[in-house]
Amino acid sequence: MLRATSTAPVTKMSDHPDLAKLIFGRLTWDAIPFHEPILLYTFIAVALGGIVTLGAITYFRLWGYLWREWFTSIDHKKIGIMYMVLGLVMLLRGFADAIMMRLQQAVAFGDATGYLPPHHYDQIFTAHGVIMIFFVAMPIVTGLMNYIVPLQIGARDVAFPFLNNFSFWMTTSGAVLVMMSLFVGEFARTGWLAYPPLSGIAASPDVGVDYYIWALQIAGVGTLLSGINLLVTIIKMRAPGMKLMQMPVFTWTALCTNVLIVAAFPVLTAVLALLSLDRYVGTHMFTNELGGNAMMYVNLIWIWGHPEVYILILPMFGVFSEVVSTFSRKRLFGYTSMVYASIVITVLAYLVWLHHFFTMGSGASVNSFFGITTMIISIPTGAKIFNWLFTMYRGRITFELPMMWTVAFMVTFAIGGMTGVLLAVPPADFSLHNSLFLIAHFHNVIIGGVLFGAFAAINFWFPKAFGFKLDPFWGKCSFWLWVVGFYFAFMPLYVLGLMGVTRRLSHFEDPSLQIWFQIAAFGAVLIALGIACMLIQFVVSFRRRESLRDHSGDPWNGRTLEWSTSSPPPDYNFAFTPRVHDADAWWQMKQHDYRRPTNGFLAIHMPKNTGAGIILAGISTVLGFTLIWQMWLLAGLSFAALLAVAIGHTFNYKRDYYIPAEEVARVEAARTELLASHV
Amino acid sequence: MSAHTDIDAIHGDGHEHEHDDGIGHVSLKGYAIGFVLAVILTAIPFWLVMSGGFKNSSTTALVVLGFAAVQIVVHMIYFLHMNTKSEGGWNMLALIFTAVLVLITLSGSIWVMYHLNHNMMPAMMHDMQNLP
Repeated sequence: MLRATSTAPVTKMSDHPDLAKLIFGRLTWDAIPFHEPILLYTFIAVALGGIVTLGAITYFRLWGYLWREWFTSIDHKKIGIMYMVLGLVMLLRGFADAIMMRLQQAVAFGDATGYLPPHHYDQIFTAHGVIMIFFVAMPIVTGLMNYIVPLQIGARDVAFPFLNNFSFWMTTSGAVLVMMSLFVGEFARTGWLAYPPLSGIAASPDVGVDYYIWALQIAGVGTLLSGINLLVTIIKMRAPGMKLMQMPVFTWTALCTNVLIVAAFPVLTAVLALLSLDRYVGTHMFTNELGGNAMMYVNLIWIWGHPEVYILILPMFGVFSEVVSTFSRKRLFGYTSMVYASIVITVLAYLVWLHHFFTMGSGASVNSFFGITTMIISIPTGAKIFNWLFTMYRGRITFELPMMWTVAFMVTFAIGGMTGVLLAVPPADFSLHNSLFLIAHFHNVIIGGVLFGAFAAINFWFPKAFGFKLDPFWGKCSFWLWVVGFYFAFMPLYVLGLMGVTRRLSHFEDPSLQIWFQIAAFGAVLIALGIACMLIQFVVSFRRRESLRDHSGDPWNGRTLEWSTSSPPPDYNFAFTPRVHDADAWWQMKQHDYRRPTNGFLAIHMPKNTGAGIILAGISTVLGFTLIWQMWLLAGLSFAALLAVAIGHTFNYKRDYYIPAEEVARVEAARTELLASHV
Repeated sequence: MSAHTDIDAIHGDGHEHEHDDGIGHVSLKGYAIGFVLAVILTAIPFWLVMSGGFKNSSTTALVVLGFAAVQIVVHMIYFLHMNTKSEGGWNMLALIFTAVLVLITLSGSIWVMYHLNHNMMPAMMHDMQNLP
């Protein structure tokens, strides 16, 4: 390898340099950032927080409970909730990066260099992008689909319950690796897509890019498997009578998203594998010499990257569709056009990738082709906006929190969409590319679309998942701080971008720009308060849970099947599989005077918990870590362990059990009593 | 309305699927035909290359690629039992979708990269011609 091994300062190791290198690879005490005060204090704070949390879990004797009921659970509802928790925890980390960047850019003008040295700043913007896309947006999207889809189609679980648990832990494993890079070694300094030659071994000889590669490869296994899982679930496990064109819109968008995942993620896996070959064995796929071509990396990664954008936003379109029709008390306007718009987006998502690199040097014909396809893809999206507006038209709208987020989304996303169409014009892109205008655009659609959608969904389905509504007062505080904070934080970036300020800068010369960065930093502070209010909302709601309790299972007068069961749903979701006659199945059942069956229950066949998923993912984390630091001995051992556990798991034949009919009858009778006492 | 019958007494693990054909008809004859075709489609390109092939080596490459494409189809029909009816048509739909995406990815990448090379500055083009 090209890399010069640092002379180990530890005396014990230097006695047997070969042995130490075999075991520890590139890992030495130098890798621990004692010399960086910011990181050191963060580490101390994280370590203290971690010790307190672990101590509390031990003190309250929760380990057994967590292991049995959550970590090893293959119940799609619990896995969905764990995905959401992962996404929200990582949101805090990603936002911490964001506010550090905002602070740096607000102060680093002229002689002031700010508080972040460039090599640290570069890691922060890379980590921010990677975390927000892969470990915030993706877990939240996957978590929502995991929780909602089986309930909406009247299924008892997903098609491959064990795989679901395994997928979750693989995603978590990737997140753990990214978090480890904060304190052991460093993260990539390349930007969130790690373009070579900067990410090649010559320009980035340290472990940062390796952390990036292995975190994404391991998390990618989880994403791909969960994509296959949900795809099969939607196609094969719908309740009897539910034809494709009677699926709830959220399920439809989930189907499209999972098709995109299954088709797009292998491209990411392949291109990262090629990059790691360049870095580990000295091939020249993407180098500047010996026939390599770095542009091929850019081309390939955007073939994954553009569909990824739609992977994130499509399920949120589904969320908004459910919310709008529920809170307008109307059937969704243009169900069929909504479905076809989603399908058109699914296909077109593969035809626009070059608009991410118009300036790379393609000719006019290539650029105009991809510019035009990009403009075309905004049409089905626009059709969706109109469908939501027409659903609201003459509806009996109640502005509960999910509806408020939806309205904020429609305004914000429309602005973001329009700046997107501006960027789709190649000549305009030549002056706007890589500027803060672009940054403002994609935050406008990702925050305004994906995050607002996630918050709408959390407020909408929280009572289903936990049995009590979220507190509206703190929810409204969070809403207004987020929305106003968003506009303060990103509108200045449009202005700066139009003035030609480029992205990823840690220092500026022109003092006249400073005011805009200060306004943006103020916006980031408002968003921080919005996040704080959201956390307070969770705590307050939990404390007030008795007064916020949802006894009916249908707190919003919902339309789809998930509202027909209790809140939270029993392990088996539905005592009897419902029969579906309409797209708004539960609404139709309510219109026709549906009565819950109260007898004749039968034993229910369910999958059994297993620890294999978390163990496999734990070993994968070790494998990833050893590959990053090139500890070949340990890497070999952990790979062997991975295979052994995976094969061992195939001999586990105790994979299912029956919930006895008496148990089902008892749970259902309790619900009958509850419903009767809260008419 | 018979609203109470909205619930079907399907029980236990019961998700009643519409009639899936599952995989297509499997027979020894099918495998034999597939095997013979696969051998023929392998032998011809092998002979072509060993005997020196066409004068123009890129013609040879194209012919070999053509045989490879036919080989893929043979494998899918005879060994993977691909047909328009299995799994209620979902298999075929997935195959068509995959084929379209692979086509978009490959032809798009070639088009884009060709353009990039074409638009390189002359000095760089000269460097590229000297590459191994």
